[in-house]
Amino acid sequence: MVEVRSHIRFLLNGDDITLSDVKPDETLLDYLRLRRSLRGSKEGCAEGDCGACTVLVGRLSGGGLVYESVNGCIRFLASLEGCHVVTVEHLNGQGDSLHPVQQAMVDFHGSQCGFCTPGFVMSLYSLWMRTPEPSDAAIEKALQGNLCRCTGYEAIIRAARAISSYGKSANDPLALERAAITARLSALRDGARVEIGSGKERLVIPADVDDLADILVTSPNATIVSGSTDVGLWVTKFMRDIAPAVFIGNLEGLRIISETDGVLSIGAGVSYTEAHAVLSRHVPALGALIDRIGGEQVRNMGTIGGNIANGSPIGDTPPPLIALGASVTLRKGGERRTLDLEDFFIAYGKQDRAPGEFVEAVHVPLPGAEVKFAAYKVTKRRDEDITSTLGAFRLELAHDGTVAAIRIAYGGMAATPKRARAVEAALLGKPWTEETVEAALAAYAEDFTPLTDMRASAEYRALAGRNLLLRFFAETTGFAGPLTISRYKAA
Amino acid sequence: MNHTPDLKAAAIKGGVATDQRHDSAHKHVSGTAVYIDDMPEPAGTLHGCLGLADIAHGTITAMDLSAVRVAPGVVAVLTGADVPGENDISPTGRHDEPILTDTLVQFHGQPIFAVIAETREAARRACRLAKVEYDALPFVTDIGALDPLNDKLVTPPLTLKRGDAADAIAAAPRRVSGRMRIGGQDHFYLEGHIALAIPGEDQDVTVYSSTQHPSEVQHMVSHALGVPSHAVTVEIRRMGGGFGGKETQSNQFAAIAAIAAKKLNRAVKIRPDRDDDMTATGKRHDFLVDYEVGFDDEGNILGVDLVYAARCGFSSDLSGPVTDRALFHCDNAYFWPAVKAVSAPLYTNTVSNTAFRGFGGPQGMIGAERVIDEVAFAVGKDPLEIRKLNFYGPNGDKNGDRNVTPYHQTVEDNIVHRIVAELEESADYARRRRQIAAFNANSRFIKRGLALTPVKFGISFTATHYNQAGALVHVYTDGSVHLNHGGTEMGQGLYVKVAQVVAEEFQIDIDQVKITATTTGKVPNTSATAASSGSDLNGMAAQNAARQIKDRLVDFAADKFQVAADQIVFLPNRVRIGNQEIAFADLVKMAYFARIQLSAAGFYKTPKIHWDRDKGEGHPFYYFAYGASCSEVSVDTLTGEYVVERTDILHETGRSLNRAIDLGQIEGGFIQGMGWLTTEELWWDDKGRLRTHAPSTYKIPLASDRPKIFNVTLADWPEAFEPTIHRSKAVGEPPFMLGMSVFHALSDAVASVADHRICPRLDAPATPERVLMAMERLKGEVAGVSKR
Repeated sequence: MVEVRSHIRFLLNGDDITLSDVKPDETLLDYLRLRRSLRGSKEGCAEGDCGACTVLVGRLSGGGLVYESVNGCIRFLASLEGCHVVTVEHLNGQGDSLHPVQQAMVDFHGSQCGFCTPGFVMSLYSLWMRTPEPSDAAIEKALQGNLCRCTGYEAIIRAARAISSYGKSANDPLALERAAITARLSALRDGARVEIGSGKERLVIPADVDDLADILVTSPNATIVSGSTDVGLWVTKFMRDIAPAVFIGNLEGLRIISETDGVLSIGAGVSYTEAHAVLSRHVPALGALIDRIGGEQVRNMGTIGGNIANGSPIGDTPPPLIALGASVTLRKGGERRTLDLEDFFIAYGKQDRAPGEFVEAVHVPLPGAEVKFAAYKVTKRRDEDITSTLGAFRLELAHDGTVAAIRIAYGGMAATPKRARAVEAALLGKPWTEETVEAALAAYAEDFTPLTDMRASAEYRALAGRNLLLRFFAETTGFAGPLTISRYKAA
Repeated sequence: MNHTPDLKAAAIKGGVATDQRHDSAHKHVSGTAVYIDDMPEPAGTLHGCLGLADIAHGTITAMDLSAVRVAPGVVAVLTGADVPGENDISPTGRHDEPILTDTLVQFHGQPIFAVIAETREAARRACRLAKVEYDALPFVTDIGALDPLNDKLVTPPLTLKRGDAADAIAAAPRRVSGRMRIGGQDHFYLEGHIALAIPGEDQDVTVYSSTQHPSEVQHMVSHALGVPSHAVTVEIRRMGGGFGGKETQSNQFAAIAAIAAKKLNRAVKIRPDRDDDMTATGKRHDFLVDYEVGFDDEGNILGVDLVYAARCGFSSDLSGPVTDRALFHCDNAYFWPAVKAVSAPLYTNTVSNTAFRGFGGPQGMIGAERVIDEVAFAVGKDPLEIRKLNFYGPNGDKNGDRNVTPYHQTVEDNIVHRIVAELEESADYARRRRQIAAFNANSRFIKRGLALTPVKFGISFTATHYNQAGALVHVYTDGSVHLNHGGTEMGQGLYVKVAQVVAEEFQIDIDQVKITATTTGKVPNTSATAASSGSDLNGMAAQNAARQIKDRLVDFAADKFQVAADQIVFLPNRVRIGNQEIAFADLVKMAYFARIQLSAAGFYKTPKIHWDRDKGEGHPFYYFAYGASCSEVSVDTLTGEYVVERTDILHETGRSLNRAIDLGQIEGGFIQGMGWLTTEELWWDDKGRLRTHAPSTYKIPLASDRPKIFNVTLADWPEAFEPTIHRSKAVGEPPFMLGMSVFHALSDAVASVADHRICPRLDAPATPERVLMAMERLKGEVAGVSKR
């Protein structure tokens, strides 16, 4: 039997916090602003899109201490068990002088109305600690999850480039106190399960993955909360009750990435950011795609497991994973089953997951050198936007230049992430030529009848979706001219 | 911060024409700048949430709020019947905008009741328990379905006329007509609406309101409560962005908070969730522009007929002046030899649209630019050539016959020729035009586009009485200064600019000038901080106040030291009186002991302006602000996605009070304007619901949407033509319209798929979808043409 305690413990700036009055749906931002009167972090949208609430969360990962920017507005307080929360107020407290990030923002006129500014400061702080001399690309990536309506960003970018001329990140208090904070966080790890409240206020933080399995057997209808980039909005926007809520974000056992026989297994709790590090090495197109999911804060919180488990038709990872032939392992108690990922998605909002079951890992067969693979996401705004249509293509050619194997999957085109089987059939065995591709375009109408909504019309989805096959063809056949637009010259 | 003025300084710190940082910058970055939601709440503060209608048009037949009333934490539920005074917040006195509607619902999301509860969460949860029944009525959300000349308007239309446009067009060698659709825009201020009302004794209430217009909030609250204005004090230290969205839209939240606060005798705060804010508050007006233009083979425009139809929503709000300003900018920088322009402020079952940076001007201008484009494509010339060909005559043009606007004001300060010429040169327009043509000829999938567009924007409220301002300046006996004025701070740097003016006037360091929250108790009867007028009006009023005190100090010193007044000179932090210099603070102290009044109320009204709306004639603008931008884009012809490769801007600010602040206005305005014309799309569904009501669905530009190369230059050679404050010029709105160059560059790239033979007639916003579909249409037309 695991030990059970009825309070959470974490660090907030310099303080040790122990809380037993935590509700499952209480957000970190509300806790900071309402209960701690730390009102530097702002609420701009309460859905993880604007970044005005950005704070840093430090957590132990593989023995090291990692600080990441997160959205306080959709991060649940309970998920901070064992973490170090750093708010903008922590950067002050150093006498009269401002922190290098803050001073750069002042000197380069990086604030106007100032409401988004603490969030920008925290995102830039996070970047500067990791990358003291960032490229413009790195700065923009770090700021994908921060909206500013006044400055047009130019002054903020100028400030970001200059931060290191104001101070060295090695001398930053968070760097100097790293060992001490690591020790304090380590001391919080007692291997206990946390259970707080009952009924509509019940929350559980399992001790480990086996404990999670046990809990879900007895509470099969619990809401599983990982990165809360989706569940967070159920609360802030729809005011849905999520109790009993089971928080799995701190389970090291779900954050494992391993490779066996050319198959990459990604634990359900692996964040986009963590997955990116490995995936971009093996499948560069997937790395580039992940760069366009949410903003940095969302990628630091959100997980591929959650993206799959929630079954959204506009989730960005299922189509490429389906194209790659990925499978998913579900677990209930001690029982596990593994099925093809494409079979997991049954209908809109319906996945092949029984009560008490949870997604444990996804397995991605890594494409060999002979495989051509691409994933294209089409959006209204390039970054931090939700997909209008997303196409993923996996192609193997025979020696004679005919299509030996083809898997095409789309998001945003149907009620679930879905294979383009008619298009695949029109291509399979044919010579990989423009004529073949042009002829196959007609098959899209058999595969997809997209809808019109605020992101795109049915006509546009159909046309742009089809055109992605043309782009894939050009890309795989050595098209010489520029093929895509990009902000940065390829390295 | 302890500051001892340097009595030997050669210049003060933070005078005019210095790059003084924003007065709150150090607080912004530290999270210590206090917005209304950051203020410590009085004990027992209650929280409100508005119940919104979920039908686009209909009458309420039953409203069962019993479950709401008994929900946990609920203290009160208010409906229209609970409004003690007048249930109306129409800012133009048309009585068409209830605070809480109790019978007729006119848009999806209209507030119908308010829940007041112990916590914000309790109020939000309780709101959802209401059971409302309606008799549905037919509704219209899209002005495309309406007849601009015959359907219902929310406010009287305007006609501008000079010459006989119909005759000129009929007589012209060539003619073209068409229609352009221009989308609206949500303000997306990062701080949403908020009001905190604290009840006082008698009829008093103090309201902290995130508003650009405290005086109007004061008046609305007093009408709603049925009490005199003197009972209501409205204060705002800073907003987290406004952009016009807090000119009138704050009234509703302030009024309901005040009503609840007085009824319950407890402080009440209302801070709507972002989705409710975007659903229930007005936006930039969408427009449909119907145009006909007559021109000759060279591209000289001879006559223009324009109808500007606007989606105003269910009430007039500011739609009258907004649609008027659209017409005032139907010429942009161009001389229309004969012109007729008509506005149609149409009633729709949508939220009532309101002020937004530019105030109709951007929509007016982009209609003019479409006319230019049509002519350019018709005669087969680069649109820039047609632009230059049709500019207003150069300044000082003795002929003077190409300088009269459609509203009969003569343009006297025209510098657009030089602005455009310099930008054309610095942006290397001609060479890049050739490079792009070569690139496009060899690029199958990616096409580039280039455009250079000018801006001429009229400065002044067209409601002439708004062009006044007050200020209050106190000098304390230690020489420090308390500054207050009617302008509000929303990030634009107004407070610091006005403080610079006062520091300059007294010749004291700017940190001796305390900038204080705008409040109706200090400066009354103020105008909205809007129309780019903040520094022009309040800077002048503050200068006037400071000069009154200075004059008294001079009189006092002349008398006391027995020197002539012209022997008294204000030097940095000190005053030279005859042959001696004494610290400013010392002179002030002496004056105090001599019982000299060290406080003054300043006032300013803009000279020269007048406007006769019935005749469509007058001099509505004190001056014009000019700028131009040049943008290059790359477009993916497979998806319509694009990036902005480069933008060059040359924008004039007169003799800038603060170049750093002005640069921020130009960069930020451009990006906001670009957003309006590119990715920011408002979308209503078939139930009349706005479905783009949060940043997840409504996409304002990100850092990664900036031009890859972004060169912004302030034109420093012109000073203001008129004697404005230190000869500076307004900079709040004009740069917004620089974003047009991105739109026209996209249009240029689209045109390339048809070899620039067909006007793309791209509608706004040019989302990737609109760009792709326009290219498909043009390809189809080319194919159709070649078949014939």
